[in-house]
Parts: sequence; structure tokens; C-alpha cells
Amino acid sequence: MAEFDYKLVVGLEIHVHLAARTKMFCGCEMAYGEQANTRVCPVCIGMPGVLPVMNRTAYEYAVLTALALNCQVASFTKWDRKSYYYPDLPKNYQISQYDLPLGGPGYIEIPLESGRTKKVRITRAHLEEDAGKNIHTLGNFSAVDLNRAGAPLLEIVTEPDMNSPQEVGALARELQRIVRYLGVSEADMQKGHMRFEPNINLHITRDGQLHKTPISEVKNLNSFRAIERSVAFEAQRQLNDFRETGRTLKMGNKRTYGWDDVNQRTVLQREKEEAHDYRYFPEPDLVPVEMSADWLAEIRARLCELPLTMQSRFAVEYGLSDYDAGVLTADRATAELFDRAVKAGADAKRVCNLLTQTGLKIANEKGCTVGQLGVDAESLARLAAMADGGEISATAATAIFVEMIAAGGRPEDVAQRLNLIQKSDAGEIEAMVDEAIAANPEAVAEVTSGGKKSKKSLGFLMGQVMQKSKGQANPKVVADILNQKLGL
Amino acid sequence: MAGRIDEAQVRHVAKLSRLELTDQEVAMFSTDLSAIVEYIEKLNELDTTGVEPLAHCLPIHNVFRPDEIKPSLDTEAALANAPQRHDEYFKVPKILDDGSGA
Ligand SMILES: [Zn+2]
Repeated sequence: MAEFDYKLVVGLEIHVHLAARTKMFCGCEMAYGEQANTRVCPVCIGMPGVLPVMNRTAYEYAVLTALALNCQVASFTKWDRKSYYYPDLPKNYQISQYDLPLGGPGYIEIPLESGRTKKVRITRAHLEEDAGKNIHTLGNFSAVDLNRAGAPLLEIVTEPDMNSPQEVGALARELQRIVRYLGVSEADMQKGHMRFEPNINLHITRDGQLHKTPISEVKNLNSFRAIERSVAFEAQRQLNDFRETGRTLKMGNKRTYGWDDVNQRTVLQREKEEAHDYRYFPEPDLVPVEMSADWLAEIRARLCELPLTMQSRFAVEYGLSDYDAGVLTADRATAELFDRAVKAGADAKRVCNLLTQTGLKIANEKGCTVGQLGVDAESLARLAAMADGGEISATAATAIFVEMIAAGGRPEDVAQRLNLIQKSDAGEIEAMVDEAIAANPEAVAEVTSGGKKSKKSLGFLMGQVMQKSKGQANPKVVADILNQKLGL
Repeated sequence: MAGRIDEAQVRHVAKLSRLELTDQEVAMFSTDLSAIVEYIEKLNELDTTGVEPLAHCLPIHNVFRPDEIKPSLDTEAALANAPQRHDEYFKVPKILDDGSGA
């Protein structure tokens, strides 16, 4: 029995590493897993007297993402310094965009389990530089690696429009799919390319009155599971806290938590009282950016069909289940391979089965995507057509597909090489049918008398012919000739 | 007096900037900074109706570089000015919270 109703309310702050080759404001190479402090220069380690210069590609990647998130792209943006002291921040300020972000209000559409979608509003999107990395392994000291310092980082802030851990997870996954489709980020969670910070509270209705619990911000989540679990944990913790204390949201009682993955719980983080006094001011070392209509149009032309649009198109146009459509649109190369094969005339369901069953299994073993298996859409379409036309059996189609992945080649050649072309030559099959009939008079009698076992006996004769052909006879042709010979 | 920077504000800003000031210095900066702020406030006397806010003092925009890799510093050179190092890392006093500010 519910003592009161409540609604979970979650907004997200997301940081996405953009896949430019160099850092945001200097020419140091973006590298992951390199030896510490080998990708650093006077600009990104904050030496005095150096000047940052904007990376055009990174800026355009940010704008492209903003467009995909339906954001208004600002025609004028500038840079600001966000001041704070932290050993991984060599300049003691981070270059960011404060009051004039490059992306204004927009929205992202996310898939829900029910098969429906939901729009979550985007508040803003802006570019900034990442900090370095602290390795905590030196007793009373920390070791700092600045290879990541200055990496181009897109910060995306959503409105508090999500109402369950699953919705938060869905948004995180959908955003990963979008930035990968756009090619603006590898979005590899394990490499920290995407980091999530949910802001969580409850709207509780008790005795007809609305109570809002204090907001918790959980910092630096970098796995989808941790995002969902931390939100679920916070919801329960806040509910218990409200029951016990009745505490509600007031100015300044927002708290910051970390996620303890070992114990699967949030942990309150101690914060210095001045932590949020960032003293933003305009960055004098960088000039503003003006986005002309032409430049914006040029960037807009690089947009692709977005994953969720493709997913619903596959379901509606090609009659796939939402699940299959989701599997095929997990990455862009796979989705496009499928789409092109169908557009080249292949049966959608057959190609879908080849890709999602055989293809996906091999791709998982190889640690790549289906789209990266090296089979092109035209070959795939011809393979499907061969199966549809009865030249090969469905089982053979799978075997041929496996061989095409392993050794390459046209499906026709592979089928020949593996001796998988079905025999449809009526004369040859007729001879085998005659042999089977002559050798099995009892079964023939069962069939022609139309007795109880007639169906079973017909199947037996069919099997005999297939065996004689070593499985290579076209079953449809065999059945036709057999029926004809037996006067059925 | 408008714009005056009192001693509490000086202490606050000093703390944010990780500066340790003596009481005399706090008093001195309070006077000096107040004078500076008062001087800057003269700008308020100007009528700026219809004047667009200025984001940058240079009349240029869109200064970009292509996304091309430039040689980085040698690690030894990068670490040369560090007060302390550990192998190829900068070595700093232990960080208590996790808080990446980004
Ligand atoms: Zn650099």
C-alpha cells in the first residue's frame, strides 16, 4: 500500500570526447593508453605566455552533434574561463563556454521498452577542454598525467525529463549511438569517452501536497549499468530519507555523490564550500566564433539518417520486429549494409536473419561489428536472391555467408566451390525419384492407398531422394516430380 | 560606499586563489581593490544605451587551425619545471575527493 505517490525526476549532464585527431587548442595528438605525458606541449600544460588556437574539426563536430540533437545553433559564441584549482588542471582554469553556448535548446528522442519513443529536452550543449588524469598510487602523493588535458569535450545538459532508471539508460545508449553514427566520437565507455552525471530527486505527493526531495548529483559515471543502478539506488535512498526526516529541496542543499561500484551504492562526497565559485570571465586569448548561414549549411549537409529514424523505418518499411531493427541499427555500418542489400533487391527478413544470427555471432567472436565483416551489400543481396530462387538451401546460404566472411569471394563462386548449388535439373532428379520408387514398394503403396501413414511415407521417399542427391537436390523440384510420379 | 571591497571579500577571493595573506595585507588589498573598483565604476557614467556588449576587444573572429598533429614536447622537457616528479608523472600532494571539474 502506498502511503504517498512519487515520481522520479532525473536530468543528465553528459561529457563526450570528440574524435578529433588533436586537442581542442593545441596540435598535440589525442591518444589513449600512451605513456604518460608524451602528448603534451606548452599550451596544454599551461605554460605562461602561450596562446590557444581553436581546432576547426572539433568545433564542427560539436555543431554537428548539436544539430543532431535538434539544438538551436548560436550564430555567435565566445569562450570563458572557469577558474578552479585542481592538480589535473594545469592552467588553474578550464576554457569553456558559459553564457553563450554553441548549442541552445533542443531535444533527443529515445526508444522506450514499450516500443514507443520519448522526447527529452536538451537545455544546452557547449564545448570545453578536458582535464588531465590523476593516478592515485603514491601514498600521500598523486601522479598526474596530462595527455588528456585539453582534449575537446562536448558537454550536453538535459532538462529533468527522465522518470526511471531505464529512461536514463536509454538516453545514454541513444546518445552513444547518435555520436557514433555521426562519427564525431568513438564513445567508448571504457576509455572514458562518455561520462554521465545524473541529477536526481523525487516529486512526492502526500496529502495532496507536492514535496520535492533534495537533488543528488552523481559524478563521473562511465558505464550504462552504473548509470541505471545509481539512479535506482538514489531514488530508494531519497524515499527512505524522506520517510525518516521529511527533508525537502531548499536552496543549496543539492549534494554530490560518487558511485561505489564494489558495494553498488552512492557515497556522499565532501566538498569545499567555495567549490562552485568558478568566477567565470571571458577568455581574452580566444576570439569569438561567428557561425554563418553558409557554414552551418555545410555542416548540416554532413548529418546522416539518425539511428532511431532508421530503426523505425526498418520496422515499418521492411516489416522487421523492433528487436531485429534495434540489433541492425546498433551501428551505422551494419544498418547501412542491411539497408543497401534490401534496396538492391534482397528479401529483408532473409538478410536480417543472415546478419543478426550468423553475422552477429561471428562479429562478436571477432570483436567487430557486422558491418565490418567485409561482405558488401551487393554480394549479400545476390546471396539472398540465390536462396530465394531455390538455387541454394537456407542452410547453404548460411554456410556460404560464413565462407564469404572467412575467405571472401562472390556468393556464386563460393557456392560452386563448396558444392552447394542445388540440383534442379529435372532429368537427373527424375532418375533418382524412379530409383527411390522402385526400391521402396511398401512406402509407395502406403502413399497411393492414402492410408494413415501416407504422409509419413511420402516424407520417407522424399528423404531417400535427397540422400541419393547428397542433399543437393532442390527439395521443391523433388517434391513436384515425386507427386507427379505417384499421381498425387 | 558603492563598490567597496571589504576585508571579508578579500579573504574570500584570496582563499579561492590559494593566497595566504597577513591581516595587514588584507587591509591593504581591501583599500587598493576598492579604489580600483571605484575607478572602473567611472564607466557606469557613460550612456551605453543601444551599444552591443563586447565579447572581445579585437574586431576579429573565427581564428581556427586545421586538425593536424604537431610534435609534442619531450617528456623530460615537459617535466623539467615540475617541483616534483615520479617516473614520467607530475607528482602532487594527494587528492582527496575525486572531483574532476569538467
Ligand atoms: Zn598540447
